[in-house]
Amino acid sequence: MANKVYTDAASALDGLLFDGMTIVSGGFGLCGIPENSIAAIRASGVKGLTVVSNNAGVDGFGLGLLLETRQVKKMISSYVGENKEFERQYLAGELELEFAPQGTLAERMRAGGAGIPGFYTRTGVGTLVAEGKEHKEFDGETFILERGIVGDLAIVKAWKADRFGNLVYRKTARNFNPPAATAGRVTVAEVEEIVEDGALEPDSIHTPSVFVQRVFVGTFEKRIEQRTVRKREAA
Amino acid sequence: MAWTRDEMAQRAARELKDGFYVNLGIGMPTLVANHAGDLDITLQSENGMLGMGPFPWEGEEDADLINAGKQTVTELPRTSYFSSADSFAMIRGGHMDLSVLGAMEVAENGDLANWMVPGKMVKGMGGAMDLVAGAPRIVVLMEHVDKAGNPKFVPACTLPLTGRNVVDVLITDIAVFDRADRKSPFRLVEMAPGVTLEDVQAKTSAMFIG
Repeated sequence: MANKVYTDAASALDGLLFDGMTIVSGGFGLCGIPENSIAAIRASGVKGLTVVSNNAGVDGFGLGLLLETRQVKKMISSYVGENKEFERQYLAGELELEFAPQGTLAERMRAGGAGIPGFYTRTGVGTLVAEGKEHKEFDGETFILERGIVGDLAIVKAWKADRFGNLVYRKTARNFNPPAATAGRVTVAEVEEIVEDGALEPDSIHTPSVFVQRVFVGTFEKRIEQRTVRKREAA
Repeated sequence: MAWTRDEMAQRAARELKDGFYVNLGIGMPTLVANHAGDLDITLQSENGMLGMGPFPWEGEEDADLINAGKQTVTELPRTSYFSSADSFAMIRGGHMDLSVLGAMEVAENGDLANWMVPGKMVKGMGGAMDLVAGAPRIVVLMEHVDKAGNPKFVPACTLPLTGRNVVDVLITDIAVFDRADRKSPFRLVEMAPGVTLEDVQAKTSAMFIG
């Protein structure tokens, strides 16, 4: 079997990056984002990227790092409200943006990865999202055609992997990572730990190894966007 | 006397029924969870969680455990995690019972606008378009007028729509409107203490049944 395990993000991405490519990324907000691959893509200087990701990071972290360096030509996202540099570039006409409703975006990745070029959904009918898209009636209700997405590269973050590329995610850090992992011509996974053969319970694997071509152990800052807590009563 | 945000959330909680699976939008709608009382409600967070618990105790925050508003939360004995694709299968597939959302404008025909101000605010719709397309019942929480005092319950939305004819109940800081079904007009059913029909009419440009 070909070796899938790489030492770091730079070696895992070696030979995969080119100007004008489409990259599909997992993550929601700053939770479960492939921080190591994003940093390595920034360092590589590749540009003209189309990035498919639910969010665009924040100023100075996550995908915000690639916006700062003007490496992104176009974003396909559902919510970009946490990023001032994004808003500035977009309103100045320097950055293209395709808004996709969150569920439609997740399904576009899932469909692309499953070999389904398009699907009909009720979401967005009668809104700006529906403009220019085929409309079709099923059982008296109107639906619009949305396209599946396949990227040149998918970057995802998981909790644990084995050397075969099986992945397990942790809590809500799963989010967009499983559909994103299926939607890359090549998928690079960064994980907190690569475990011994057989240590992942076969019944509990979230992303089977066939979807993952390269895997490496990253170092994670895991920034929290909104730290909300309950105060303990003083003893 | 207008209702406070908390009182609006309390009123919205009266739309909940025992056993409901509910998605609460970010902002004021999240307050509804504090008023469920003895009802057995399962909260969904569209990033990929069913059975959302309260905020963690100080020092127990987990960066891998957040809600759709990116706030740290906790899990419960009933909690399950899943991908965002599965999450929206629940929403789009009509498996949720109710969603509570915020709004910038609601129209008299039930249209909702809550995601964009052209040329000014570029944030995005997140999961709101999927929620209004998939949840069978939509409750909206919204201030009755904007900062300049202009009505937000209007004859037709001026902002880009989130969905057409999707609002079932509208709760503002001065009144509650509901309708029998999505073919019926809105009916004024409650007013905040001391608020009169004339007050509501003066601050509303939408047609409603008084």
